[in-house]
Amino acid sequence: MAEDTNSKEYWRWTESNWRDPDIDWKAGEIISVGIDVGSVSSQAVILVDGKLYAYSNMRTGSDSPKSAENAMDWALEGTGMTQDDIHYVVGTGYGRVNVPFAKRAITEIACHARGANFMYGPTIKTVLDMGGQDCKAIRVDQKGKVVAFLMNDKCAAGTGRGMEVFANLLGIHITEVGEMSLRVEEEPPMVSSTCVVFAKSEASGLLREGWPKEKVLAAYCLAMAHRVVDLLERLGVEEDFAITGGIGKNVGVVSRIEKELGIKALKPTLDTQIAGALGGALFARALEQKGRKSK
Amino acid sequence: MKANYGYKDGSGEFFITLDTDRCTACGDCVEACPYGVLEVVDDPVDPLSDVQVAVVTEAERKKIKYTCGPCKPVVDRPPLPCMTACPEDVIAHSW
Amino acid sequence: MISAGIDVGAKNVKVLIQEDGKVLGKGSVLAGLDMGADIKEAFDAAFKDAGIARDKVEKLYATGAGRNEVKDADDSYTEVGADAAGVAYLYPEARTVIDVGAEEGRAIRVDERGKVVDFAINERCAAGAGAFTEAMARALEMPLEELGKISLTSTKAVPMNAQCAVFGESEVVSLIHQKTEKRDIARAVHDAMATRITSMARRVGVQPEVALIGGVAKNVGFVESLERDLELEVMIPDDPEFVSALGAALLAAGIAK
Repeated sequence: MAEDTNSKEYWRWTESNWRDPDIDWKAGEIISVGIDVGSVSSQAVILVDGKLYAYSNMRTGSDSPKSAENAMDWALEGTGMTQDDIHYVVGTGYGRVNVPFAKRAITEIACHARGANFMYGPTIKTVLDMGGQDCKAIRVDQKGKVVAFLMNDKCAAGTGRGMEVFANLLGIHITEVGEMSLRVEEEPPMVSSTCVVFAKSEASGLLREGWPKEKVLAAYCLAMAHRVVDLLERLGVEEDFAITGGIGKNVGVVSRIEKELGIKALKPTLDTQIAGALGGALFARALEQKGRKSK
Repeated sequence: MKANYGYKDGSGEFFITLDTDRCTACGDCVEACPYGVLEVVDDPVDPLSDVQVAVVTEAERKKIKYTCGPCKPVVDRPPLPCMTACPEDVIAHSW
Repeated sequence: MISAGIDVGAKNVKVLIQEDGKVLGKGSVLAGLDMGADIKEAFDAAFKDAGIARDKVEKLYATGAGRNEVKDADDSYTEVGADAAGVAYLYPEARTVIDVGAEEGRAIRVDERGKVVDFAINERCAAGAGAFTEAMARALEMPLEELGKISLTSTKAVPMNAQCAVFGESEVVSLIHQKTEKRDIARAVHDAMATRITSMARRVGVQPEVALIGGVAKNVGFVESLERDLELEVMIPDDPEFVSALGAALLAAGIAK
């Protein structure tokens, strides 16, 4: 697989796949798949009778259908399963209408809500998904149904893309941003511009003034946290609360969101980037069941 | 359900909130909007139901500050056509 | 009376010196880290251009986002007030002023006497200002002037979806990968930007004549897109980026009120 071969590509996080060796998929009745083609990353999740069997998580290429294929192939790798064994595929995410083998496309909001309900259980009420090019806040009921949502995909502030701009500016790896931003003795004032373009000029100024990278990152992570808390307050935050998506792995942002909200986010048990694809696979299972019943 | 379409950027918060529980999918708002911001479709966040609701079109979600601008003059702002048209009080604008 | 106006903008500091309505000299410097030094440098350039000594200036008014940094100014005005004063002097027939600077866009409606009736501002978001076109020029790896020029030769309207400068850069890169011609991308950039400026202007009501000022008025591609969108021709002065400074100088001299 694509390894981190080019040290200048600071945005690269590790691509991964996973499989539960204890599940015998051949004994399963319904094999359902969700594929989330995001603007930055793509995931495929395979469920066997509603149990998580395998998943993959990779960077999205320039071509959505190809990215969907790649994610699917990598999730299937080593399982002995082929696409013909799958009963129902749901596509979701930014590129959801371009998933070639999907029977249905479902919005990210619906899939993330459902995925979070599976990941964290029925007590989950508020989900914040911080993706590569968007930021979503979702309130769900105990069944994983959406009660309220908002999605911000217009502006790069508060998204992974915004963080990448900063990682590039400072010449550090995106996965190191969080840890590094916590290595400050006290919190600096936050970067005052919301707009990534203006925030970047502001940060360049701070670097020229002699601020260490850690302090600049802390100022930006704080600003990002403040911004998403602001967004969350439009919906109201009720516990249990969880953060999914790529930025959910950034402790610098997550810990500051928790601090500002005065609420701890649930610790993820699974890779939070698969939440959308997982929700898609759960809908795929429900739709397959519905189809079989009506026959 | 409270569906918030729109965004927050450096210049402010611009959301159209649709209370879909009250929406009857009558389409009056769709007719009333002079810029095609609204449409009635199958509920995009409840894929297992067959209920239809009003939504902000995908094409307009990232630019409602601008598209809705002419309905929001700086002075002497009249009531918004979409809100006036809705018999169920479904629509709210944040700005 | 000889007076001076200084416009401390986000990207440039501009100084204009006038006597009885006649421009004596101008100076502009790129804003860097040290605002005080930039202000001094812009003054020095303007005095050199005017060929007069500094003590000849009787009054100095400041405008622009950083106007409070000008310690020796006699008074300061908002950008809106300075824009209106400058345009009223240049184009008494103008009823609408559109000012697009590096980091901010403004639309102002003025009455017959050049007084501000109302205004709308796009700020703190790069998509509504010159920073957007600059970022897209960088993504296309061409100078800004070139972006404006090739836009005029475009033969096809390509839609641009991104409403954010950061996402816009990615969109431009993917348009390049899809082999979209650069001139058509340039037009897409200017069309997108013009749509945002037009709708801001519509909030104050676009009444002819319309004056376009600010640094972005020098971008011919943007001007063409804006005129197409507004369905009218706009008036652009020779030095559109100095109109705020001119307005401040005229206000200082009492020529504009």
